[in-house]
Amino acid sequence: MSSQRVRISRRNFLITTAAAGAGLSLGLHLPSGHAEPPAPDQAPEVNAWVVIEPDDTVIVRIARSEMGQGTLTGLAQLVAEELECDWSRVKTEYPTPGQSLARDRVWGSFATGGSQGIRGSHQYVREGGALARVLLIEAAAEDWGVPPGECNVSASVITHGPTGRTTTYGQVAAAAALLIPPPTIELKDPEDWTIAGKPVKRLDTLDKLTGRQVFGADLQLPGMLNAAIRACPVFGGRLAGFDDSRVRKLPGVRAVLRVDDNAVAVVADTWWQAKTALDALPVTWDEGANASVSSASIDRMLEEGLAAQDAFVGNHVGDVDAALAGAAKTVEAVYGYPYQNHATMEPMNATALWTPDRCEVWCPTQNGEAALEAAAEAAGLPATRCEVYKIHLGGGFGRRGAFHDFVKQAVAIARQLPGTPLKLLWSREEDMLHGAYHPITKARLVGGLDDKGDLIGLRIRISGQSILAAVRPGALKDGADMITFQGMLPEGDHAISYTVPNLLVDHAMRNPPVPPGFWRGVNINQNAIYLECFIDELAHAAGKDPLEFRRRLMADQPRSLAVLNAVAERAGWGTPAPEGIHRGLAVVKTFSSHVAACAEVSVGERSKLRIHRIVAATDPGHAVNPQQIEAQIEGSFVFGLSALLYGQCTIKDGRVEQENFDTYPSMLMAEMPKVESIVMPSGGFWGGVGEPTIAVAAPAVLNAIFAATGKRIRQLPVRQLG
Amino acid sequence: MAKLTINGEPVEIDVEGATPLLWVLREQLGLTGTKYGCGIGLCGSCTVHIDGKAIRSCMVPVGSLTESQQVVTIEGLSPDGTHPIQQAWAELDVPQCGYCQPGMIMAAAALLDRHPSPTDADIDSGITNICRCGTYNRVRRGIHLAAQLREREKA
Repeated sequence: MSSQRVRISRRNFLITTAAAGAGLSLGLHLPSGHAEPPAPDQAPEVNAWVVIEPDDTVIVRIARSEMGQGTLTGLAQLVAEELECDWSRVKTEYPTPGQSLARDRVWGSFATGGSQGIRGSHQYVREGGALARVLLIEAAAEDWGVPPGECNVSASVITHGPTGRTTTYGQVAAAAALLIPPPTIELKDPEDWTIAGKPVKRLDTLDKLTGRQVFGADLQLPGMLNAAIRACPVFGGRLAGFDDSRVRKLPGVRAVLRVDDNAVAVVADTWWQAKTALDALPVTWDEGANASVSSASIDRMLEEGLAAQDAFVGNHVGDVDAALAGAAKTVEAVYGYPYQNHATMEPMNATALWTPDRCEVWCPTQNGEAALEAAAEAAGLPATRCEVYKIHLGGGFGRRGAFHDFVKQAVAIARQLPGTPLKLLWSREEDMLHGAYHPITKARLVGGLDDKGDLIGLRIRISGQSILAAVRPGALKDGADMITFQGMLPEGDHAISYTVPNLLVDHAMRNPPVPPGFWRGVNINQNAIYLECFIDELAHAAGKDPLEFRRRLMADQPRSLAVLNAVAERAGWGTPAPEGIHRGLAVVKTFSSHVAACAEVSVGERSKLRIHRIVAATDPGHAVNPQQIEAQIEGSFVFGLSALLYGQCTIKDGRVEQENFDTYPSMLMAEMPKVESIVMPSGGFWGGVGEPTIAVAAPAVLNAIFAATGKRIRQLPVRQLG
Repeated sequence: MAKLTINGEPVEIDVEGATPLLWVLREQLGLTGTKYGCGIGLCGSCTVHIDGKAIRSCMVPVGSLTESQQVVTIEGLSPDGTHPIQQAWAELDVPQCGYCQPGMIMAAAALLDRHPSPTDADIDSGITNICRCGTYNRVRRGIHLAAQLREREKA
């Protein structure tokens, strides 16, 4: 590891002189640009990432969204690390997508998904912090008439070494904003970090303890009306009509409106009035061709795919058919994973204000730029005449990134009420019925062992739904959805952990008419269950210890082996467990991180499952905030174990049957295991944090259940054993 | 017309009696700290205190309440965010997205009143709020820490 020298492109400091919004002001001036003094009440923007107020408050701009995963704090740590500012004076703000558009996307991507928040932007945000530091020191040096090299900085205080003179960032920020950036800068060696890499507290906690934190659902604007909406519960169905004669007279009701071709909304003074009226509104649907779709009909599609001739190949090594034919022993199993809803605690919502020449939207979104695009499309206006103001999300998990159906609906309603701010909030029932569901798949796995019990051939057929085919068909590769193979690919962010001499993984794409989406972890959730449980089956068939069986296949994946060994050692694998406790293992490489878990469970009377403890290890390359990584590990286990135990959306008559938490339960406090986290960054790469560990919770628990009961559970959710 | 006592203040609100307390707090009184999550009393995001007990406000028609009943919301739990639960939550960085946390904090505060030194079993049975981010283990640690903080305050 060493410091890193970086050439600076124009993009890093490109600034327009247009006021970018509240709290912002002057930019750094381009060499050819003319200087404009900052307005007296505005703090100078040293560059796009850093604004410093005269009292030394540092405002770090964060383009990615905060939805609980801690990215806001992590990115601010990285900027502050290079800036060498006083961490106790750091605040953050979201630049808007409209400002980004006007400034040639100076903040890069706004997309917050795929565990990319930090690993996808660490380089340029660190450069932003480092550049600002260089300019601030230069401004002080210029003021003192000394060489910048004689100055150093610590916690926002600049000192001239030879004379001991000092000044602060706040005093030189305005002058720094006028300087021309150097052609290159040096980034710190991560080993020298003092703010990044440390378990500092989150910047966004306090307001979440008092009710002060405003979520999208809480937003109030002067003169705002509220809307409740119902879309056709059958996917692809349309709104045939509604009879509003009665509900128009109900208290507070202002309008009953058609929204696009598939939904009806009631607009009222309060949301409760709108929802009450909507519940009383007679609506008729044209349910369309999907009204006969059921979980059984979908299962038939997937079953056919398991045996189909044609499939997209994701990983192919050697000759698997020959290996299986020559195997001393073969093992075969079919696994299945259901549709699941994100079920963010805050239901979908957006607030819109539309006039014939401008549209503004306030919303929780994982991708501000995509929200802006959706708003512009629904508004019938160019994006340059629209703006999106991001609000912290009450949960995202993938639902609020690629899909902005709620934004389009809010704008479509607001468009019918020009000049009136309109907040659309989905009921929990609407949220459950109109998800972007975790896709449904099944997998048939066949493994061959030689006479020594070593794995010589592995054949995995995945049958089921492609997210990309529905969401981003342009991202298909010759028709194949490579995301389907997460955790089973030959190389890259989601490479298979094992070296198998003869391997074939392929995908028979079968796309039922239920909209799929990216769901925390995406396809690694089921793929890790398929592979890690089946490896466990093979180990038992070979009469080998599941840890030893894995180790023999992992010589080419030393980092994955290291996390596996770490959990085995901490959990005491190979030593007797307390009475009644049984252990299971899982290891995965996904989102570039190496993760492993060892679960300890007991299965008591009436098959009562109790998950006592999970030891988890992650190697994300760099750990920007270890205590937040621990929080993400624990949180991902709640998400993954809720999915394992309860998560299932079934389909009847073309619609989802589960409408609330009574039929779509989530794990509760009493079920939560003790979690012991081992954060072991090995450096040299940047892996994700929010998603990877979700993948190992479920298979580790399933393998432990097998150890306890001798029974394999191959269809999720578990719900009840026995 | 409903007459209520919210965070110690008497209020009169012109609203249908069937309206759930949750929506009166959020829409008539602007106390948006109390959240809507499910509307059927299952998730606990809307938890408030009524006469010291943790109650899911989405299930309470405002017409069923009297002026003599003390309703306390997250905004009124402490004047300055220094209730032992809030202090413990800050110390341990409990919230992730934070949406369920006002309800979680109100449930935890009521639990602490009932059980000044709660056991893990007390916490398991007393905290049934849903958190999809998965803060449960920090919530548990936070309740234990808050119990210690309160003990220390008394000493």
